Amino acid sequence: MPESENIVAETAEKIFADLADAQTINRDEKGAWKAPLWQALSEAGLPLAWVPEDCGGSGASLAEGFSVLSAAGRFAVAVPLAETMLAGWLLAQAKIASPEGEMTVAPASPKDRITLNADGTLSGRARGVPFAKSARHLAVLASGNGGFSIALVEASQCRIEAGLSLGGDPSDTVMLNNIRPAIIKPAPKSFDQNQLMLMGGVARSLQIAGALESMLEISVRYSNERVAFEKKISKFQAVQHNLARLAGESAAALAAATSAADAIANSPSFNDEVFLEAASAKIRCSEAAEKGGGIAHQVHGAIGFTIEHILHRYSLRALAWRDDFGSESYWAVELGKLVANRGADELWPLVASR
Amino acid sequence: MTAALRFDPIRLPPECEQLRKEVRAFLAEEIAAGTFDPHKPNREDTDAPEFSRRVGAKGWLGMTWPKKYGGHERSFLERYVVTEEMRVANAPTRRFFVADRQSGPVLLKYAPENIKMDILPRICRGEVCFAIGMSEPNSGSDLFAAKTRATKTDGGFLINGTKIWTSSAHIADYMIAIFRTSPPTRENRRHGLTQFLVKMKQPGIEVNPIGQITGQYEFNEVVFTDHFVPDDHMLGEIDGAWKQATSELAYERSGPERFLETYYVLTELVRAVGKDPDTRSAEGIGRLVAQLHTMRRMSVSVAGMLQAGKEPVVEASIVKDIGTVWEQQLPHRVRDLAAFVDTEASNHETLENQLSFAIKTAPKLTIQGGTTEVLRGIIARGLGLR
Repeated sequence: MPESENIVAETAEKIFADLADAQTINRDEKGAWKAPLWQALSEAGLPLAWVPEDCGGSGASLAEGFSVLSAAGRFAVAVPLAETMLAGWLLAQAKIASPEGEMTVAPASPKDRITLNADGTLSGRARGVPFAKSARHLAVLASGNGGFSIALVEASQCRIEAGLSLGGDPSDTVMLNNIRPAIIKPAPKSFDQNQLMLMGGVARSLQIAGALESMLEISVRYSNERVAFEKKISKFQAVQHNLARLAGESAAALAAATSAADAIANSPSFNDEVFLEAASAKIRCSEAAEKGGGIAHQVHGAIGFTIEHILHRYSLRALAWRDDFGSESYWAVELGKLVANRGADELWPLVASR
Repeated sequence: MTAALRFDPIRLPPECEQLRKEVRAFLAEEIAAGTFDPHKPNREDTDAPEFSRRVGAKGWLGMTWPKKYGGHERSFLERYVVTEEMRVANAPTRRFFVADRQSGPVLLKYAPENIKMDILPRICRGEVCFAIGMSEPNSGSDLFAAKTRATKTDGGFLINGTKIWTSSAHIADYMIAIFRTSPPTRENRRHGLTQFLVKMKQPGIEVNPIGQITGQYEFNEVVFTDHFVPDDHMLGEIDGAWKQATSELAYERSGPERFLETYYVLTELVRAVGKDPDTRSAEGIGRLVAQLHTMRRMSVSVAGMLQAGKEPVVEASIVKDIGTVWEQQLPHRVRDLAAFVDTEASNHETLENQLSFAIKTAPKLTIQGGTTEVLRGIIARGLGLR
C-alpha cells in the first residue's frame, strides 16, 4: 500500500483495515459488518468529507476526499461511502446542508434526466443509481426553468426498483413522480450534469485504480505461494509477463485517476483540460478493469472463480464501476467529439496542457 | 510485494509553459524556413547538422547538466517539454538526441574531467553525434553475452569484434560501447564487460550500413579491427559495466519518445474525420486520446520522480512497455478508423502515406532500447517474482 497522503486518508485506511477486511466480509453472509463500518466512518466524518463545516460536514479538501476514495477502492468497500460523499458535494454546490445518514445521487447516468416542473415538483427516472434502496436521502440534479437545480429528496418519497450491479451492490432504478423535494435551490450558473457525471466518474476511476492495486498485490502473493509443475508459478515466465502486464494496467489506472483528481482539485473551472483528464480517467480505468481483472483471474486459476475467494470482491466491483456515471464508450464518444471539434492542430496543445 | 508503484500527479511548473511557447515558436520558424516538413516523417533529411547547432544555441541541449560543462542547470521537467515538442513536430533530432538523453549523462558520471571538459560543451552546442554500441551479432537482448574484446596494450586497449544494429553509427562522432575485458565468472555471468568512449571515424573502425524495412538506413554494423582506445576513455569500473547499466534505464525508457513515435497518424486522422465525426470515429479517437493522455501523465510523473532524485526503474519500464505497445498498435487502429473516411478529404493522401510509413516502422518499436520481453522481466523482478 502506498503511504497515505494525509491524515484523512490514513483515518479511512485504518477504519477499512479494522472493519472492512475482505476475508471477514466475504464469510459474513448476513452483512453484520456493515453497521459498525458505517458507524465508524460516520464518527470520523468521512461520508460528509466534502461538505463544508457550515453545511454540517467535516470540510475536508477535494484532494483529501479523493484519497479516501482510493483507499475505499483498495478495500473494495461495499457501503455507500463514495455515493454519500458525492451527494454531500453536490448539495454543497447549492449551499444545501447535508442530513445525517446514507445518501446517493441521481441521476447516475448521463442518459437520464430529472426535470423540475413548473409547480416545483420533480419528475423523471434515474437508472443504475447506486445504493438508492438503502439511502435515506438523495441529492438530485434537475433541469428546468432555464438552468439546473440541486435538491435534497427523501428516499421514501420515491419509487425505487431494486437492482444489483455486477459486483452485487445495489444499483437501483429511482422513479420520481411529481415529488416535492425537502429543499431545492438553483445550481451555480456554470454547473451542469456533465460536471456531476465527471465528478462521479473520477470517483469511480479512483475506486477502480484502488481495486487494481489490491488485485495486483493478491495476485503476486498467490503466485509466490502456489506450486505447480514442482515450482512456484511465479517462476514461470508466462506468469511473470502476465503479472507485469497487470502491473502496467494498475499503474495506468492509478496515474489516470490520480491525475484527474488532481486536475479537478486544482482547477477553478470545468474547462476542456479538466474534461480531458476526467473523461480519460474513466475510459482508461475502465479498460484497465477489464484487462487487469482478467489477468488477476487467469493467475488465480479456478480458486479465483469461487465465491469463497476474495478476488471477486475486487474484480467484479471494478467491472461494475465502469457502468456508473457514463461508461467508457460514452465518454470516448464525448471526448472524440471534443477533439474533432477543436481540430487536429489543437489536439496536442490539449494533451500537453498540464 | 516489494514496493507499491507510484505515479504522483505532477503539474508542470509555470516556467515550462513559457519554455513550451519558445520551443513552438522556434519549430514554427524552422518549418517555415523549410528545415523540415512535420507531415513527412519518412524523409531522408533526419541528419540535420545546422538544425542541431541552432537547437544547441537555444540552450536546449544538456539542459540539466552543470554550467561548467556547458549545461544549463534546468529541470528534467523543462527538458521533458523540449523533448515532447520536438517529437510531436517530427523535428530532425537524430544528430543530437542520443547524446543529450543518454551519452552525456554517462560521461558526466564516469568520464575523467579532461574528457568531460572537452566533449560535454560540444554536445551542448549541438556539434557532436553519439551512437550506442550494445548489441552484437550473437548478443542482442542478452547484453552480457557480448564478445567484442578490449585487450590491454600500452597506454590503452585494442578493440576487436563487431557491434550491430547501431543507430546513427554512420554519422556519429563518438560511440559509448561495452567491450569484454575479462571472461565472465562462475558466480556472475555479467562480470567482465567494461564501458568505453570510442572516437569514431578513426583507423580500425568500419561502418557498414544496414537497410531497414522502412527503406531507411538508420542502423549499421560496426567492425573493430585493432582499434586503439586510450586508457582515459574507459568509463567507470573495469569489468563492472553491469553495475552502471541499470540506473540509466530510468532516463532512457520513460521519455515521451517512447509513445510519440507514430503520433502523427492520430493528428492526421482527426483532420480527416473533420469537425463532425460519426460515432465510430468519435469513440475510436476518444479512446486513443485517453490512452495517450494517460501515458503522458505517467511519463511526466516519472520525469518528476527523476527530478526529485529518485530512480523509478520499474515505473520507467512500465511506461516503455505500455508506451511502445501503444505506439505500435496506433497506426493499425488509425487504419481501422480511417476505413470509412471520405477519400476526398483534403489530407487523404498525406494520411495514406503516413500510415504506410508508420505501419512499416511499428515492428521495431517494441524491440529497440530493450524489448518488451526484457522490460516485463524487469517489472516482474520489481514485483518480487524473480
